[in-house]
Amino acid sequence: MDAPETQGKVQQPKLGFVGYARFFWRQLTSMRTALFLLLLLAVAAVPGSLVPQVSSDPNGVIAYRNNYPDTAAVLDFFQVFTTYTSVWFSSIYLLLFISLIGCVLPRTKHHFDALRARPPKTPARLSRLQGFTTETTDADVATTIQSAQRLLRSQRYRTELYGDSVSAERGYLRETGNLVFHAALVGVLVAVGIGGGFGYTGQRVVVEGYAFSNSLASYDSFNPGRFFSDEALEPYSIALDSFEPVYEQVIREAIGQAIDFTAYVTTTIRGEESQSAQIKVNEPLALGGTSVYLLGNGYAPVLTVRDADDAVVWSQPTACLPFDANLGSTCIIKIPDGLDQEIGMLGFLYPTTGTLSSGALASVYPDLIAPTLTLEVYAGDLGLDNGQSTNAYALNTDSLEQIAGRTSDVETLKLTPGDTVDLPNNLGSVELTSIPRFVSLDVHHDPSQLPVLVFSILVVAGLVTSLFVPRRRMWVSAAVDSSGRTRIEYAALARGDDPNLEAAVSEFAEKHSQQLTTKVGS
Amino acid sequence: MTETFVSYSLIAVYSAMAIYTLAFVLFAIDLARRSAESSDAAVAKTAGLATGAAGSSAVLAASGDAAGATTLTVSDSGSPRSPKYLRLAMSMTVLAWVLHVGAVVFRGVAANRVPWANMFEFTLTATALIVGVFLIVQFWQDLRFLGSFITGFSLLALGVGTSSFYVDVVPLPPSLQSVWLVIHVFVASLSTGFFALAAALSIVQLLQARREAGKALKLRFLDTLPPSERLETLAYRLTVVGFVMWTFTLIAGAVWAERAWGRYWGWDTKEVWTFIIWTIFAGYIHARATRGWRGSRSAWLAIVGFAAIIFNFTIVNLFFKGLHAYSGL
Repeated sequence: MDAPETQGKVQQPKLGFVGYARFFWRQLTSMRTALFLLLLLAVAAVPGSLVPQVSSDPNGVIAYRNNYPDTAAVLDFFQVFTTYTSVWFSSIYLLLFISLIGCVLPRTKHHFDALRARPPKTPARLSRLQGFTTETTDADVATTIQSAQRLLRSQRYRTELYGDSVSAERGYLRETGNLVFHAALVGVLVAVGIGGGFGYTGQRVVVEGYAFSNSLASYDSFNPGRFFSDEALEPYSIALDSFEPVYEQVIREAIGQAIDFTAYVTTTIRGEESQSAQIKVNEPLALGGTSVYLLGNGYAPVLTVRDADDAVVWSQPTACLPFDANLGSTCIIKIPDGLDQEIGMLGFLYPTTGTLSSGALASVYPDLIAPTLTLEVYAGDLGLDNGQSTNAYALNTDSLEQIAGRTSDVETLKLTPGDTVDLPNNLGSVELTSIPRFVSLDVHHDPSQLPVLVFSILVVAGLVTSLFVPRRRMWVSAAVDSSGRTRIEYAALARGDDPNLEAAVSEFAEKHSQQLTTKVGS
Repeated sequence: MTETFVSYSLIAVYSAMAIYTLAFVLFAIDLARRSAESSDAAVAKTAGLATGAAGSSAVLAASGDAAGATTLTVSDSGSPRSPKYLRLAMSMTVLAWVLHVGAVVFRGVAANRVPWANMFEFTLTATALIVGVFLIVQFWQDLRFLGSFITGFSLLALGVGTSSFYVDVVPLPPSLQSVWLVIHVFVASLSTGFFALAAALSIVQLLQARREAGKALKLRFLDTLPPSERLETLAYRLTVVGFVMWTFTLIAGAVWAERAWGRYWGWDTKEVWTFIIWTIFAGYIHARATRGWRGSRSAWLAIVGFAAIIFNFTIVNLFFKGLHAYSGL
């Protein structure tokens, strides 16, 4: 069985390790492979737009996992929830960039050589080339060629004389631009990869009248880059003096739509004087090497809870999560200490209260015009003491008993600002003291920004020059014809796409012969 | 006041649509004329100038209004008959476009901002830019044979836009209040104009290549159009302009994203698709320098790229979850 097969085999030369390495390198850096990888990258980017991504839509991912646990397991295996950092996506773009570098490096060397080389010899038969034009003149051959060379030089051609002809080339910038474009793409990737590692982002909710400092402990959530260290945090603080939204009031179809958000803040960099500043959407605040963005807002009602002896056990704002465009919001308040029982409260805040046909309350306008806060009260074990971290924006009612609300004997508590109502079971009372606003601020420090911007500008500049600067060779040759006059031949050769080549030759020929005529005439 | 301008805008756009319909029909008739003419193409070619000269003198002799007849013949040198349907179609397109631009301007005046802040307005403005690019490109190259494609496409887009995407004028949400709305969206729409023309050229190029390969095609008007290689060159040049603009759109979008959302790139669905489209057209440009990809294969890439743009604008805007949720629907 084996014998005929071995006989039929073509004897190939043994490549060896170096041979194979060279073979794969050639394959990888070939245009065909680069094109394949480029198109593969386009296809590979698609799944990440169909499935929610951990980076851009973490809640979507959680919901997806809950709704389709089986599919999610498969998607997890293929890292589809993190498509753009997945092994397969990364390998495609890394291979593509290696291929690109492998292509660009030899071209750079070649281009350097070309920059120092003389324009090539004039071809024997110009009539075979593009834009072939002839003129006759009374000027002699030497004058003709000299003036052609001068004119070519003035048009930024590099020239070289070969006998009774001049050879010229221009547009080296085209290849330079091409190389800059590709190198700048590598620059973007490297800047993102390295610069991003030194950055950090942090999120913090700040209530009117409160401040926060730029330190690890004060953030609600914090994402450091790979090379982040605590010293990277500039010591400063931001106090939210007030937050002022503007809502549409005139155009009927858009009533209640937000048209402006402004956060008025006081910033203090350690050792410096405090300053007033404002943060708006699209207008982040630059502070101590970071940018501070206004990304969300809502209400943070201040509740004052007193025990049965009227002593204050709790008085602080609670940021409520908006669930609709009119800022109807959910508030979770947990009071583990001070009262006879641990108390959890689930509140709904309606900034401008309206009643639906079903009788349920709803917010009909996002501004604070006729606010109502409803509270369902639970007593029991909040689960805060067992050392596990809990979500501050959710109330786990497994070990709690409702003592005021739909499923208990006491009705849901209803408060407007200034109201005080008694808590059931003679626990004490709760007062809706005031309803300040909160903003959620994102603090970003991203050292990659500037280099990425610079490289991006180089990308565009390189692209434009590589696509629109024509690279062409032009030749002018002169000889005495049978009638004793000088016959001039013009022709050119495009190197790359060059739509105006022929026009350029005829324009040059015209200009040149005109110059000769004026010279002879004078 | 706002409502008055909104209604002016709508009247203008409906009128423009009616005239685009006329132009579309006339462009189609012109293609049919080309088909009919290409049957006698052989005759016309051999007879050449003689026929043309004879024809024009015959017209001169027969017609009392000599001046009018001569201009017609002269303007279409070489061809035995004047493409009057084509000229009429172009006039109709120009007229419709003027109304169309009027609709855009009125919408902007009504809203007191740039008229491209929701899907209806994108559609209105982008189609105006597509037709605008088509008209302006005529000064550079005679691409009037793409008229039925461009007017047909714009008509369809405007039809969907006015019937399915229409929303009233509402103020801009804070996230859109940026100078980048003016720049980023406008350049994106403008590049769409170039890609649309390039895609149309690529479709004709594919048909032409089939015909040149000896495949029997009933589309005889192709005889009167440039050879596939020429079409490819034209498509390439338009794509290249579109590609530079698209690159700019991508970067401008990243700059804006940094201002508005705090990061310049976050793989938001719209960002992903903008990137995909950029990659496809980058592939197209490289394909022309790759053996085996020049010609029909690269033409397919240009068509796929334009299809991705339409997908990005419609399906991604309407059905994909992301931060670019500005359709207003």
